[in-house]
Amino acid sequence: EVPKALLPVANRPVLSYVLEQLELSNIKDLIVVVEGADAALRVGGWISAAYVDRLHVEVATVPEDVGTAGALRAIAHHLTAKDVLVVSGDLVSDVPPGAVTAAHRRHDAVVTAMICSVPVSGLSEAGSSGAKDKTKKPGRYNIIGMDPTKQFLLHIATGAELEKDTRIRKSILRAVGQMDIRADLMDAHMYAFNRSVLQEVLDQKDKFQSLKQDVLPYLVRSQLKSEILINGAPQGQQAKENGNDKVSYRILANASTPSFHELYALGPNGSAPVRRTHKCCVYIASNSKYCVRLNSIQAFMDINRDVIGEANHLSGYNFSAQNNIIHPSAELGSKTTVGPHCMLGEGSQMGDKCSVKRSVIGRHCRIGSNVKVVNSVVMNHVTIGDGCSIQGSVICSNAQLQERVALKDCQVGQGYVVSAGCEYKGESLARKEK
Amino acid sequence: MGAQKKRAAAAAAAARVSEDPDDLARQPLQAILLADSFTTKFRPITLERPKVLLPLVNVPMINYTLAWLEAAGVAEVFVFCCAHSKQVIDYLENSEWFSQPNFTVKTIESHNIISAGDALRLIYEQNVIHGDFVLISGDTVSNMSLTQALQEHKERKKKDNNAVMTMIIKKSKPSPITRQSRLGTDELFMAIDPNTKQLLYYEDKADHSKGTICLDKMLLAENPSISLHNDKQDCYIDICSPEVLSLFTDNFDYQHLRRHFVKGLLLDDIMGYKIFTHEIHSSYAARIDNYRSYDIVSKDIIQRWTYPYVPDVKFCGNRATKLERRGMYRALEIEQSRSAQVGSFTVIGYGTKIGSNSKISDSVIGEGCTIGSNVLIEGSYIWDNVIIEDGCELRHVIVCDGVIMKAGAVLKPGVVLSFKVVIGERFVVPAYSKVSLLQQPTVHDSDEELEYADNSSGTVEFSSIQGTADQSNGEMTSESSEAHKPKLGTGGVGYIWSICEGGQEEEWRHSVAPIPEDKLTELSEAMDDDQELVTQDRTALSTSGELISDSNASEGDDNEDSKDDSVYFEKEVEATFLRAVEENVKVDHVILEVNSLRLSYNMTSADCAGAVFYSMMKLAIKTPHSSASELQQNTANIITTWQKLLKSYLLEIDEEIEIILKFEEMCLESAKEFSPLFARILHILYDKDILQEDAILRWADEKEGADESDKVFVRQSEKFIQWLREASEEED
Repeated sequence: EVPKALLPVANRPVLSYVLEQLELSNIKDLIVVVEGADAALRVGGWISAAYVDRLHVEVATVPEDVGTAGALRAIAHHLTAKDVLVVSGDLVSDVPPGAVTAAHRRHDAVVTAMICSVPVSGLSEAGSSGAKDKTKKPGRYNIIGMDPTKQFLLHIATGAELEKDTRIRKSILRAVGQMDIRADLMDAHMYAFNRSVLQEVLDQKDKFQSLKQDVLPYLVRSQLKSEILINGAPQGQQAKENGNDKVSYRILANASTPSFHELYALGPNGSAPVRRTHKCCVYIASNSKYCVRLNSIQAFMDINRDVIGEANHLSGYNFSAQNNIIHPSAELGSKTTVGPHCMLGEGSQMGDKCSVKRSVIGRHCRIGSNVKVVNSVVMNHVTIGDGCSIQGSVICSNAQLQERVALKDCQVGQGYVVSAGCEYKGESLARKEK
Repeated sequence: MGAQKKRAAAAAAAARVSEDPDDLARQPLQAILLADSFTTKFRPITLERPKVLLPLVNVPMINYTLAWLEAAGVAEVFVFCCAHSKQVIDYLENSEWFSQPNFTVKTIESHNIISAGDALRLIYEQNVIHGDFVLISGDTVSNMSLTQALQEHKERKKKDNNAVMTMIIKKSKPSPITRQSRLGTDELFMAIDPNTKQLLYYEDKADHSKGTICLDKMLLAENPSISLHNDKQDCYIDICSPEVLSLFTDNFDYQHLRRHFVKGLLLDDIMGYKIFTHEIHSSYAARIDNYRSYDIVSKDIIQRWTYPYVPDVKFCGNRATKLERRGMYRALEIEQSRSAQVGSFTVIGYGTKIGSNSKISDSVIGEGCTIGSNVLIEGSYIWDNVIIEDGCELRHVIVCDGVIMKAGAVLKPGVVLSFKVVIGERFVVPAYSKVSLLQQPTVHDSDEELEYADNSSGTVEFSSIQGTADQSNGEMTSESSEAHKPKLGTGGVGYIWSICEGGQEEEWRHSVAPIPEDKLTELSEAMDDDQELVTQDRTALSTSGELISDSNASEGDDNEDSKDDSVYFEKEVEATFLRAVEENVKVDHVILEVNSLRLSYNMTSADCAGAVFYSMMKLAIKTPHSSASELQQNTANIITTWQKLLKSYLLEIDEEIEIILKFEEMCLESAKEFSPLFARILHILYDKDILQEDAILRWADEKEGADESDKVFVRQSEKFIQWLREASEEED
């Protein structure tokens, strides 16, 4: 009911985190692509209200189910710059996008992907939050192969390939000599693309649906035998003469030693380049940076907790001495405690003897007496009756919990009314669709 | 003061105590030196002399290895001799190695051994190795220090008893074109854990047809980070724990150190033995595996990469040699004409005479050679007592002891002349040919021979030839000189070996001669084509396939695989069943056989039921029949006979439904004759208690929503189903 981009993380839409980072990196021409007209309207409305004076934002609507590649295909004519940064709207991160684009430009790469380590926060506390620990071992999202300097992306396996044996092309290994394969990194879905290459690939491969699963692996696979230029045959030569024109990846980047791509391109005799190559780079976010995608309910809760907890610099709020944020207009009853890593939105009221731990409570919530909220996210305008106990749950806006409701690891949909005295565990409660 | 002193003394004592167990554990380091490479790469030379005694820059190879072992702190070396063991032992007895202080050399001799695995098993039986040991072959040149590698090995071993071996590796990027290393060995792919340096994957002898490396998914599940290397070279120096020997004994099929042992350990996850690597950076280590590495290592020695094992440093068995400008080494008592030009990076042995106007460069000339005038020698290795008459030309060749080249003879690049060959006047020996006094052993065609043909040699042949080799030298020369005179020009003696295995195609890869230009271009073109093919495949897939990514493409493969599997499975079951019918095998045995098939193909019992039923029906239709009723009778008979077999797979209702579906499929496709009989046979199956009414009813229910075309058989058996329904209602 709420577009994913507008889901509140510490009472701000998740999209705002991305936009803020982009703004910080001085990237101001943005196109926000939204799936579906309805959602686009709402996202557009929010953006124009929040960023009207600061960023040049265009909201484009694409039909549903076209995938990320399809979405880019649809808006291709809007893109004009040499390089395009593509970020997923659900990324909560403090990695500066500027660093990614810098790495991209330094190598004159065709694509640069940001890679971050697999989040451990949710998993290490899986016992306590416990909602969906299907996997006992740390999750694996990607298998990523890089060169020893960790600058170039040589292999990427996503999705279904993870379950199979990893196959690595020998030709690329021969070219590079050594490849580091990591299973503990994941693709953070922030890419810098060379625009013309991206458009060419999208045009040629009209079956490509997803950037992550189709376009990126394709570019990585074909990097030693670039086909991108083959269609526009004379283009390659022109590019060489035109120098810094659109397809200039042949020109040596200002790297001090030629990378293996160039060595490989030089061919056996060191004569004129005989092979077409292109570079796929990576930017690895350092471990101290926070970088998580909001792509599951578990992630949603983790992010909420982290943003008000360890990664609190992201939220942009000032924390009180107790390490929590209580909006001045919030009202607390007597003997109510709000623990550290908590947030209480404006105009929310809490009755007596409540306790809130590691949770986010939205705006204008009414919470009765004797309520316990632990490890949960309560959105706006939620009414919680006396004596409720909420653990590890997400309660959407306008939901109503009557008295003595006990929820553990549940999701309560928008406007849902949980009747008095109910106890639920690990369920998803939502209004029946009419 | 006194108290302090006491305390200090106590502390010292404590320290001593704590060191003690370490001291006790510190046994003298032992080494096993395999004085036989179990390969045939150096034939024909190795037919007459063991490889370890071949001179490398005028010093037998084994001396480099032994000198290094001594310097590296090894106390006791077991030299394992196999081919030409007598020569090796004689040589060692006459050398200084038996009289070194703190360094004992013992020989172990065996004749009936064909692989390194056998050798290690034999050594295990002798029970001479007590602690960690260095496993090395006698053709290794190195100057690395073992201390660090050894310490690492010991520490790992202390922590983890399964860390049985440490392999020494060195950076060396293979040429992207020839796909072989500088030393002429095939490219090597290794996966190493960057933190622990554990070896996780090892692939040599790259199968060129396979364009990918396949890492097991478990590998990545266990190790979040893996380095895949193509730029490392295996030095064939291993530090092993004593367990290695017992492992060879336990796995009596291990022959080759790398191919069997290392891969065996890596694949075996039950015992959990681990192999680690130690990379050396600045020091030298290389194994002479083929003619090319002979050439390269010789050059490295001349260029002093292997210091202190260089010609002008006396390490063992080499004569005093002086280093002059431009990497020229000269021994004493050389007679050189004033007009002779000796170029850079050349070694000239003791007592050699060089005639006027001869040019020598980048070569090694042995002792007591006589080189005439106007001779051209380039990049060649000439051993002792060779006579080269006037006007000969030698480029990139190996010439063994006692060879005589008559005036004007020419050796093309890559030629190898074995001992005492005589090349006739003005004779041109074609490139890459190998000439020996001995005839080429005939290639045996037995499978076993072929299997080891390229890795472990036929030492059996060796030993048989070896016996005759020494004596034959005399006799055969006379014989062969007559029979084969024309082959090597007038006055020539010896046989030119025909190139077998691998053919000329591959000869250039391992030869002393540098790879010719045209080969290189040819190869690089081939590589481009290769690449194109690969990418073309990809694009073909991606444009034609519904879903584009690689994952989907390979998924398709997998599906095909499983489909194939089930087809094979069906065929196998059918064959088993038919055989059972023909030979009257007991039902129980057939069940056993089908079960084993089921396990090997990883099938479910529903698959078995389907397959068995299919084969029964196939049999029925094959039995001669004239009418439909006869066919029905046949089917009934077969079902009666084999119902026990079928029933053993009908554990649940699902399997019964599977049978009906299978039958339906058959009626539609492979055995249309059954289609009119469908209902009747269904009835038979019901009567024989093979199908329960539940199964039939559920099948009918499932088909309810199906297409009209699918419903043909349901409608055909409608009556029967109706009857079943009523019956069950009545029961209720």
